[in-house]
Amino acid sequence: MTPSSGTVEAQQLVPTPPAGAATNAGGPRDRHRLRRTKSATSLTPVSALGLGVSLMWFSLLVLIPLTAVLVQASAGGWSAYWDALSSPQTLAALKLTVATAVLVTAVNVVMGTAIAWVLVRDQFRGKQLLEVVIDIPFALPTIVAGLVLLSLYGPSSPLGVNWANTRVAVFLAFLFVTLPFIVRTVQPVLLELEHEVEEAAASLGANQLTTFRLVILPSLAPAITSGAALSFCRAISEYGSLVLLSGNLPYSTEVASVRIMSSIEGDKLTEAAAVASILLVVALIVIVVLDLISRRVARYA
Amino acid sequence: MRDTAAHRVTRWTLRLIVIGYLLFLVIWPVALVAAKTFANGLAPVINALRQPEVIFAFQLTLSAAFWAVVINTIFGVGISLLLVRYTFPGRRALNAMVDLPLSVSPVVVGLALVLVYNGRTGWLGQGLEQAGLQVIYAPPGIIMATAFVSLPLVIREVVPVLQEIGTEQEQAARSLGASGLQTFARITLPAIKWGLLYGVVLSLARSLGEFGAVKIVSGGVAMRTQTATLLVEERYQQFGVVNSITAYTAAFILALIAVVALIIITSLRPGKGTSE
Repeated sequence: MTPSSGTVEAQQLVPTPPAGAATNAGGPRDRHRLRRTKSATSLTPVSALGLGVSLMWFSLLVLIPLTAVLVQASAGGWSAYWDALSSPQTLAALKLTVATAVLVTAVNVVMGTAIAWVLVRDQFRGKQLLEVVIDIPFALPTIVAGLVLLSLYGPSSPLGVNWANTRVAVFLAFLFVTLPFIVRTVQPVLLELEHEVEEAAASLGANQLTTFRLVILPSLAPAITSGAALSFCRAISEYGSLVLLSGNLPYSTEVASVRIMSSIEGDKLTEAAAVASILLVVALIVIVVLDLISRRVARYA
Repeated sequence: MRDTAAHRVTRWTLRLIVIGYLLFLVIWPVALVAAKTFANGLAPVINALRQPEVIFAFQLTLSAAFWAVVINTIFGVGISLLLVRYTFPGRRALNAMVDLPLSVSPVVVGLALVLVYNGRTGWLGQGLEQAGLQVIYAPPGIIMATAFVSLPLVIREVVPVLQEIGTEQEQAARSLGASGLQTFARITLPAIKWGLLYGVVLSLARSLGEFGAVKIVSGGVAMRTQTATLLVEERYQQFGVVNSITAYTAAFILALIAVVALIIITSLRPGKGTSE
């Protein structure tokens, strides 16, 4: 098939999955693995060398530096680690970060699913534009994202509000940068969903809400969970968009990553590493959760 | 699908809520930044772009992003091939670990790199400094921080395509006597090129916009280690109309690059479906 723009548009407008839409399921890999013999997949000398070089670079860039954070965090022993984390200012920052991230993730679960539904099931002029708009927060540099929100919700807002340097600003910044996650994980699953099941439910007398709750939602649950995990993780690690927007006031609008930054600037590396270790552990947990979800989905697919 | 009155009401309600939400969260704020940049016409914008600090910042950003993308492309294709085509101990762990950079805070990335590569106390930085290579507060550190945060993007695009195309064609090429390199260049690369290009554009966009990690490893000294995003921060916080216009101009250009990259990506995306 030649990829002409006509067929491409037709494919996007028809809400049935194109032939290659099943890539996210993770299933094909296992199928291929079964089909191939063991000798075809074991390492050749060239690929073993490639693996060695890749692992070396990955270690130098990612693994050794992240290990150094944990080592630095434990440099002063447990008591120093605990002191660093339990200082009132750090605790306030961690509390604000987690609470706002939970709130934002909850909003994203609802709005992200709604946006995905509209993008997949609804047809109207300008829908393609919304596709681009969804990804803007992901592509926009975070410092620019801060500036962008400041222009509508800052001192010279045309809405007449001024939420700069308040907790609302932190909430808005998190909401902005996490916008694409649930939309983009739910969208492909919604595309593949069979209309017949919903129509069967409707013809058996289920109203829209019941159909959504009992038929659509269970199929979307793994995707929503993955998206929520990513969105939570992104929110608690956010830094750039807050720099200009939130004022970074201790006990009020200071979040975890800003706290780390001020510790680094004050040359208190052990303190910085202690807070960083918390964020790192959360990131690891999210990675493991996502891995488990994708395996579950692959098994039942 | 049946189109009852109830369905229509639901559809219109959801459509309006979603459009309203995106209008207030993304569309209006982004449009305002564009409006503010050109509030006093084109002349101040052009003057802002003529400043040597601005030119330097964008040059540094471009070259750091270029090298980070080159490194990530070579490394990403290699790792993807290894993860999909071979089995080895620790493969599943590596598969999960390559996603780690996307979920680590940029501030933690910066801290991690400073701890290992600073010239005073760093595990590897001391040796490198003695060998004459300064990493932290210098371009190599900026490249490393940029490469770190955009590392998984190529891999995440290439791995699914590799899984989908399978190995039949590659095996056929090999059995007809093609070398590993020939098979890669003639069979694998053409098959993954759209996914790869998509990943490269995504990495480039992410690299140009990195802020937190770069702020820590670079020090942000104007005309030496200040990238475009760091310039936006510095100028916005300084007083005066010229500084503010400069901040908005640099931000506008970064946003423009991001949106253009997005449009390229969106137009490439269907290519993934038709490349089989």
